[in-house]
Parts: sequence; structure tokens; C-alpha cells
Amino acid sequence: MAKKLNIKDKYRLLTRDLDWEFSYVDRKDAFPFEEFEGIKITDWSKWEDPFRLTMDSYWKYQAEKEKKLYAIFDAFSQNNGHLNVSDPRYVNALKLFLTGVSPLEYQAYQGFAHVGRQFGGVGARVACQMQAIDELRHVQTQIHAMSHYNKFFDGFQDYSHMHDRVWYLSVPKSFFNDARAAGPFEFMVAIGFSFEYVLTNLLFVPFMSGAAHNGDMATVTFGFSAQSDEARHMTLGLEVIKFLLEQHEDNVPIVQKWIDKWFWRGTRLLTIVAMMMDYMLPNKVMSWKEAWEVYFEEAGGSLFKDLARYGIKMPKYAETIEKEKEHVSHQAWWIFYTHGHAAGFHTWIPSDEELDWLSEKYPDTFDKYYRPRWELAKEMEAKGERFYTKALPQLCTTCQIPMGFTEMDDPTQVCYRDSVYKGDRYHFCSDGCKDIFDDEPEKYVQSWLPVHQIFQGNCGGPDVENVLSDFYRMNLGEDNMDMKGSPDEKRWKQWKGVA
Amino acid sequence: MSKVYIALQDNDESRYIVEAIEEDNPEATVIHMPAMIRIEMDGRLTVLRETVEEKMGRDWDIQELHLNLITLGGNVEEDDDSLSLHWNE
Amino acid sequence: MTIEIKTATLEPVRNTYAHIERRFGDKPATRYQEATYDVQSEKYFHYRPLWQPEKELNDPSRTAIKMKDWYDFKDPRQFYYGAYVQQRAKMQEVAENNYAFFEKRNLMACLPDGMEAKIIKYLIPLRHLEQGANLNNMYACSYGYGTAITQACLYNGMDRLGIAQYLSRIGLIIDGNTGDSLAEAKQAWMNDAIWQGIRAAVEKMIITEDWFEVLVAQDVVLDCLMHELFYVQFDQWLQDNGAQDIGMLTEFMQVWAKDNNRWIDATLKIAAAESTENKALLETWVSDWKQVISEALSPLAAEMLGSDALALAESALDKRLMKAGLFK
Repeated sequence: MAKKLNIKDKYRLLTRDLDWEFSYVDRKDAFPFEEFEGIKITDWSKWEDPFRLTMDSYWKYQAEKEKKLYAIFDAFSQNNGHLNVSDPRYVNALKLFLTGVSPLEYQAYQGFAHVGRQFGGVGARVACQMQAIDELRHVQTQIHAMSHYNKFFDGFQDYSHMHDRVWYLSVPKSFFNDARAAGPFEFMVAIGFSFEYVLTNLLFVPFMSGAAHNGDMATVTFGFSAQSDEARHMTLGLEVIKFLLEQHEDNVPIVQKWIDKWFWRGTRLLTIVAMMMDYMLPNKVMSWKEAWEVYFEEAGGSLFKDLARYGIKMPKYAETIEKEKEHVSHQAWWIFYTHGHAAGFHTWIPSDEELDWLSEKYPDTFDKYYRPRWELAKEMEAKGERFYTKALPQLCTTCQIPMGFTEMDDPTQVCYRDSVYKGDRYHFCSDGCKDIFDDEPEKYVQSWLPVHQIFQGNCGGPDVENVLSDFYRMNLGEDNMDMKGSPDEKRWKQWKGVA
Repeated sequence: MSKVYIALQDNDESRYIVEAIEEDNPEATVIHMPAMIRIEMDGRLTVLRETVEEKMGRDWDIQELHLNLITLGGNVEEDDDSLSLHWNE
Repeated sequence: MTIEIKTATLEPVRNTYAHIERRFGDKPATRYQEATYDVQSEKYFHYRPLWQPEKELNDPSRTAIKMKDWYDFKDPRQFYYGAYVQQRAKMQEVAENNYAFFEKRNLMACLPDGMEAKIIKYLIPLRHLEQGANLNNMYACSYGYGTAITQACLYNGMDRLGIAQYLSRIGLIIDGNTGDSLAEAKQAWMNDAIWQGIRAAVEKMIITEDWFEVLVAQDVVLDCLMHELFYVQFDQWLQDNGAQDIGMLTEFMQVWAKDNNRWIDATLKIAAAESTENKALLETWVSDWKQVISEALSPLAAEMLGSDALALAESALDKRLMKAGLFK
């Protein structure tokens, strides 16, 4: 009788042992990008496999997940599941998700495919390949989940075209372009570690729980089904960090610099999620601040305590980040509310109950700084003067978010920073974004800033309306403007038989 | 001490897994949230194959956990018989 | 009494996404269509890659093949992720049963004398070749353009890893899980003269720059010749020599090749039909690699099967190339 192989030895023989030393070509020509970032890998064989899934098990388990998921999608559309959402405003969060987040899953697929080819160590390579195919799964299941909503609501239809062009979508797009344009190790620290380990939890866990709470069966199902892959991805992210730190002490400052950069980039990106949670979920699960405390401060805190033995410190700006949780969702929703004519989804003033909820969840900031704005907006709306700003916003060169964030110690003062590079002045929303630029100006001067591009005449025109309708392909009067009076709202009332 | 955590989809299989985790980790806190169950614990949390098999009354592969897993926090150690989470302090 | 079913108010506003409608008209789309067409970002990239600053992040010029529309590369199997994994899960279930049955009945013990050594020498080293195929398809996936072809390359890359793992398991059945047969097969791959030609060709393929050329070299030329030699002719030899049970362990590869050929043949045909320039380029690549690979396989084929084996395999390749519209 053959001896039983334990899972670790079996995986070693079935995967790690497949590689061989090249004799006929230079290994460096096969894996050419391993050195230019300054990372020192002395021994790939020290790589610890984060999980040991062979392809047969992969196919088996993933097929089971997909079978369940698509059964629910079918049931959802056959039963017109969109009628069960708590409130039609909720669907706007999904529009933002499909236009802003799903294309990132695609970029993650591309990025992991790239490192899944380029890493010289077979263990790391195969783990990245599995993540690549998982990420492809995520974008495709999201497209399929939203497919039904697209048939009944406006704003989903041209998500891919919009993602490449629309002003606020350059925030997520440039984030992933930045990571993919970096070397393979920075990509892993950016996406595998910073994004997957800490930040995606904030998107998928509380937000998807929110989707469940708002009657959206399709979204919660793909969300949690995608998360079931995420546990593997998180483990990979942590393994990469430990591996880099253990390989050579010279890697420590490089990794620390990337952690500082990508946690800042990531928190800026998550502003969109903050706003989705606090303003776009009619039935609330938890506030952005609470989610931040659970998934960033508590979980991230434990993580960085664990990494302290390598000499890794909490990300730079952690103190600023801590203060921002009180403000960013409110500041972001205000930006979108006031630019609602140029957004591909609907905006609105929170209801009185929602304003009260926000007051309760943000006792130190909401009544003092943000509620008065909404009370004023309500007055204007009542007079038939719903407010839209005419000006195009100035964008931060690094994160590309409109410059609307304030100094955290003075929430009445908008934060401006700038740097001069080769005679030109560049503007930033924060110290974090300025530092990132200053470290790699030759990268960030390339940013395709949507507002600059409009002014330079690269997005059609002459008016903003032409840019929106022709270049962005928004259906004006349908996709944009306030929820009140929108075709989405009219249809909903018709379906529900209310006046 | 840092908290490790694991979150599972709220479904029938998970109920047996949670029951097993509670039995093997009496100090764990189980939190029910919309559509998910989150389990937290100081230090170390272990899922034992044998206990889950006992609860389910059938063979259960430790990798089947991934079917219902939503997220986790902590260093993962996985072998044929268990999956455990811990932080180094 | 009349029952009023208010279906009219639940009419959809549109049938599918706008980019799908622009391609296929205003009608309900398939899951393959929605998951595939125009999903990849096309324009306005923010930064040039540090690792290849002369290119954009997504850039069709990473190959000399030119297409007006990269989404012409429709996969005849219409595999999006869900369809792909469910199809493979069915195949692996059959394979699992086959492996379990083979082990339970201890069919390895029923093989004629000397057969195990032949399997270790000729079949198991293919696990390294499959590992090379994994790298090559991942290369085409990551440097390729458009979701249609890149997703298919990814599926192929993962399949190759799976096949390498099945081949390794054959070794583990032979050596009773010690790994000795895998080590022996690796020795052959690394040092045995009959394997060095093909190993050198695989290594050369791995450093080839043009991703479409890599696809042609690996998935068209090498895969076809290898399949003919090992899974058709050597399989036949095993059957003729009392080792037909090994067929239970290679059935996955047999079924897989049939499925995969459907895609790669269509891909080749579409690329060749696009322009005379593409066709000429493909013919050059095919000819060059056919020469390299045939030469490399020649001592192996001769020792394993006899002197006319390679010519037989080459004629099978030629037939497929003709069907794809090349060399006519």
C-alpha cells in the first residue's frame, strides 16, 4: 500500500517540482523584470505556498460556486428580482460599482496574469495565475449580475466606454493603471497586499452585507461568492510581504515605501465606497466610520503589529487617515450632488431620517460641518432651485479626485498642495498625494486628467453637454441629474403602482 | 492581544462549521450579520476537520471551507486536518 | 372575472449593454457575449509601464499580427469563466474516478515487465513540457489584446498546469507516492540526450518576444506534434503491448486536446483570413518552428516509436494547417 502524501508534500510534487533550471537560454531573459525595482530575491525556494489548491480541486470547487451563483442569477431575473430592492435609489450604488469597480477586477486579472508569467519562482507564479483567473471570474460574474438591472435601469449600459473616459472614473482606473505600470513586486504590494488584504474587505464585506439588507439578492450573492476567493487572495498578499521581508533586509525600506504609497492611494480610492455606504444604501448596516474601525483600524492594526518584527511600521499618514473617516463620505457625496448633472448615476438629498442617522453616527462632525449644507440644499430644492455647480472641478494630479477634501484639523479649509516639476506646477489634494508625486514625478506627469483633457479639447465639445453626451455617451436627462424626476424613479413608481 | 477572525456565508453548511468552531474554540465570539456570520477570537482560532465531520455526519475536506468563506484575518496555517489563524506578536 | 397581468409595465428598457447592442443588435445577449466583448480597456491609459515604457499598458502592437477587431477571435466553445470551470469540473470528475479505480484495482501491477520504466522515460517528463506550455500561454494571456483571445489563453494556461499535475500523479502511482519516478523523469528531461532537443526548443519558446508567435509555436506546432506522438501513437503502442489501462490516466488529455483544438484551429483560421500579411507571417512562424520542433523531437520519436513516427505526426499537423487556410 502506497504511503499517504500530506497536502504540503503533494503540492510540492505536483507544482513546485515542475520547474527546472534552464540550460539553453539565460533565465534572466525568461524572467526579465525581477531586478529593476531594487528588490533582492536570493532564494525563490523559500516561498511558502499560501494555499495548496491543485487544478482538479480548483475546477471542482469553483464549478460548484459558479453553479450556485448562476442558479441565483437565473432565479433573480426570472422573478424580476429588481422589484425587491428596498428603494430605487439603491440601484445607483450598483451603477457606480459596475462602472467604477468591475473594470478594476479586469485590470486585476491582467496584472496578476502579468506577474503570473513574470515571477521566476513557480510557487508564487502559480498562486498569481490562480488569482488572475479568479479576478476574471469576478468581472464576468459582476457583468452578469448587473445584466438584469441594466435592462430596467439607466446608467449601466455603457460601463466599459465610460470607465475609459468619465471624469470620476479616472480615479479607480488610474489607481490600477498605476499598479500595473509598476514593477511586479510593487504590483504585489499594491494590489496583493495593501488592496486585497486590507481594503477590499471594506468594499465586499460591509457593502455586500448592505446589499443583502437592501433586498439585492444578485449582488450579495456575487459579492460573497467572490469573497470566497478573496480569502486565498488575502493569504497570498500576506505571504508576498513576508517573503520579500525575509529574503533580504534591503527590501524592508522599499516595501515600507510602497506600503505608505498604496495605503494612501487605497484610502483615497475607497472614498467612493465610503459614500456608497453612508449615502447610497437606503437600509443601513453600519456607517463607513464603523466599517473603517473594524476592517482597517482593528484588522489592519493586528496586521501591522504582526509585521513589526520585520521592522515594518504602520503606513505613513495613518493619523490623517484616522481623522478622515469622520469626513470623507460627506465631502464626496457633496461633490457628486453638486456635479450631479455630469455623473452617470442619480444623486439626491438624504431623507430626514437619513440625516438623523448620519448625525447619530457622526456626532463630532456631521451636525457641525455637513448637515447645514444639506439643510440649505433642501431649502433650495423646495424653491425649485436644485443646485448644480457650473464649474469643472480641479483634480488632484495623483488620485484624480476633485480638490474638495479639507484640512483634517480645519474642515472648513479645502486642502491644497502643489509641486513644480520641469517648470510646470502640479496640484494635489493632500500631503500623501504630493509625496507620491514627488517620489516619481516622471510617472504622474503622464496622468490623463479628465478635466485637463476637456479643456485641451481632447474630449469633444465645445460645451460640457457635448462632452457628456458624445464623448462619454451618457444619455442626458436619463442617466444623470437628480433621482427626483428621473426615468428610473418614474418607472419604479409605475411598477409599484404608486403615484 | 490581536483578534483573528473568519466570516462565513450564512447558509446551512456554515451552521455546522460554526457549531464546530464554537466547540473547539470556546472563547470565540460569534456575530450574526445580514447574510454572514463573523467569528472573532483573541490569539488563535482553529477549524478542525474532525469536528466538522462529526457535526455534518459526512467526510469533509478542509478545502471545502473555501466554498463558504467570506473573509479572514490572521496568518493562515492549513493542513489535511485543520485550518488555523493566528497573529505573531 | 378577468385576470390582469401587468406585464406591459415590466418591459425592459433595453435588452443588453450598449456595446453589445452596437455589435449584435438590440436583442438579448448570451452570457459569453456580455462577459467577453469590449470588456478590456482600450484607451486613455494613465502611465506607461515601467517594465516596457515603449508600449501602453494594453497595446495591440506587442505582436506583428494585425487585426481590425481583436474581438473577431470568438471562442467556438464560448467559454467565459463559469462555462469553462463547469466544463473542466465534469472532466476532472471522470478523471478522478479513473484514477481512483486504477489505484484501487492496482492496475499498475498488471502492466507487462519494463512498462513502468517506459512510462517514466517517455510520458512523465511531459509534465515539464506542460509547465512550459503554462508559461507560454500565460505570456500570450498577459501580452495579448482583447478579452476574447486572452481569456482563452488563460484557460489554456491553467489547463496545462492541471495536465502537468495529472502526469505527475501517474508518476506517484508508479512510485507509491515517494516521488522517485518524478525525480527519475526529471533527470531524463534534464540530461537524457533524447529530451535535450525538445527542452532546448521549449526554453527558446519561453524567451520568444512576439506573443502570437509563442502561441503558434506552442499551441499549434508543438502541441499538435506532441499530441500525435504521445497521446495517439504512443497510446496505441501501449494498447498494443498490454498497457491499455494507462489510457484511463490519459483520457483527460485526450478529451482536452479535442476541446482545445476547436479553439486554437479557429484562432489560427481567423488570424490568417484577416490579411495576406497575417497569413504570410503565420506561415513563416509555422515553418520556422516546425523545423525546430521536428528536429528536436526526432531522436525521441525514433527511439520511442520508430523511424516513421515523426513523419506521421507532421502530416497530421499539415492537415490541420491546411484546414486553417495556411499554405494554400
